Amino acid sequence: MSNSSFQHHQTAHCESGVISNLLGHYGLQISEPMAFGIGAGIFFGHLPFVKVNGVPGTTYRIWPGAIFQRVCKRLGIKMEIERFSSPEKGMEALDKIIGEGVPVGLLSSVYYLPYFPPSYRFHFNAHNLVVYGKEDGQYLVSDPVMETLTTIDPESLVQARFAKGFPAPKGKMYYPVDVPTSVSFKLPIKAGIEQACHYMLKIPVPLFGVKGIRYLAKKVANYAEKPGDRKATLYLGNIIRMQEEIGTGGAGFRFLYSAFLQEAAEYLNKPELSKLATEFTATGDLWRNFAFSAGRVCKSRSADAVSYKELSEMLQQCAASEEVFFRKLAQVKL
Amino acid sequence: MKKEEVPQDGDNLHQGTFKQIMYAVDNTGNYVPVQSAGWEPENIALGQAWEEVNEKVKAALARVRAGEISPVAYYMEKNLMDLALLASYVGKFQWQVKRHMKPAVFKNLSQKMLSRYAAAFKVSVAELKEPI
Repeated sequence: MSNSSFQHHQTAHCESGVISNLLGHYGLQISEPMAFGIGAGIFFGHLPFVKVNGVPGTTYRIWPGAIFQRVCKRLGIKMEIERFSSPEKGMEALDKIIGEGVPVGLLSSVYYLPYFPPSYRFHFNAHNLVVYGKEDGQYLVSDPVMETLTTIDPESLVQARFAKGFPAPKGKMYYPVDVPTSVSFKLPIKAGIEQACHYMLKIPVPLFGVKGIRYLAKKVANYAEKPGDRKATLYLGNIIRMQEEIGTGGAGFRFLYSAFLQEAAEYLNKPELSKLATEFTATGDLWRNFAFSAGRVCKSRSADAVSYKELSEMLQQCAASEEVFFRKLAQVKL
Repeated sequence: MKKEEVPQDGDNLHQGTFKQIMYAVDNTGNYVPVQSAGWEPENIALGQAWEEVNEKVKAALARVRAGEISPVAYYMEKNLMDLALLASYVGKFQWQVKRHMKPAVFKNLSQKMLSRYAAAFKVSVAELKEPI
């Protein structure tokens, strides 16, 4: 149908990666870290009552879609966003728009993407990818976490776009209709940093931000009694996965955010941001140490209360380090 | 994390071909994206999650064979679903799906309902009735 080309760059995170690749197509060069930072993607939350397969949820990033929304707003990009009541309508609209040579961002479920390694295919419904054309009945795909361009058969794409569950993607597709080719990142960076500091330090709920890390630390300290051995290692395993699995850039997005600060330092000519980037890298390394030790506990399977106390202390260190960092970041005059 | 510290602990879970991007610091102090073949703690955690799934699937199959539950319960585990997700795929309430997990109720399900389950699990109706 169409023979369009698309510049594909492999990125760490699907949402900021799609933003970077999609806007690049329209001549607005924005790196993945820059998109992540402007969208204030950095976050922490522990939600013991939101259970996936019986395991409480932990997140190191802001909720899906927020980065995208904020970047568009802050850079003055106009997006057309559509959801569909039926797969037929959704696929018809997709065919029409890629037929015009417009690459389209799609929300999908990882479970139904055949090009993913089977071990990663869980029911995760907030994965972003770009479809930029159709050839020989196959859709041409730029999936930001994949090394190269790939393809998907229509049947799998329908299932991925119209997966059930929470949140249901409902065939969501989006594409820019108005992209400024030159835009200053100065104010967007400032807004992004302010928002990140606010979310990490000021949310008056103990589950989020630095408070959330301390909350998790307290829970982990008691993992040996509650939920007890077998389940405790599953709980721990989930924390590791949320922190290190594909899409995080390492250390639960902490390295990705450091990369953003470094780029911002150069862009705004603010060397103090670069110094803070180095500090936050050290925080990321603390998280990596935690994951490493937690992995050992998972592997041994017979953790005693002492090892959980140690893990809890490591989390307290991460929390202290993040608090110092975000307080300093909030003080930087931009 | 320094560029040369980016872990390359590949294992069969990644099938040796899949590499993800990590951000790391090069020797001039600049952040660069680096490909990683995987990291041991993450491999352990992911492996453990799959082990849990496989155990549940095995246990469910044994219970189907023993006539305690219907194949619906087995296929739900096999497809990594929970009750809520399965219910939304077949357009039923959770209590109804739960009922369908009783062998006696399953036996009398309509052809239409069976094909809905089969579609949700991506198997044929015959396979749905007789899991291998």
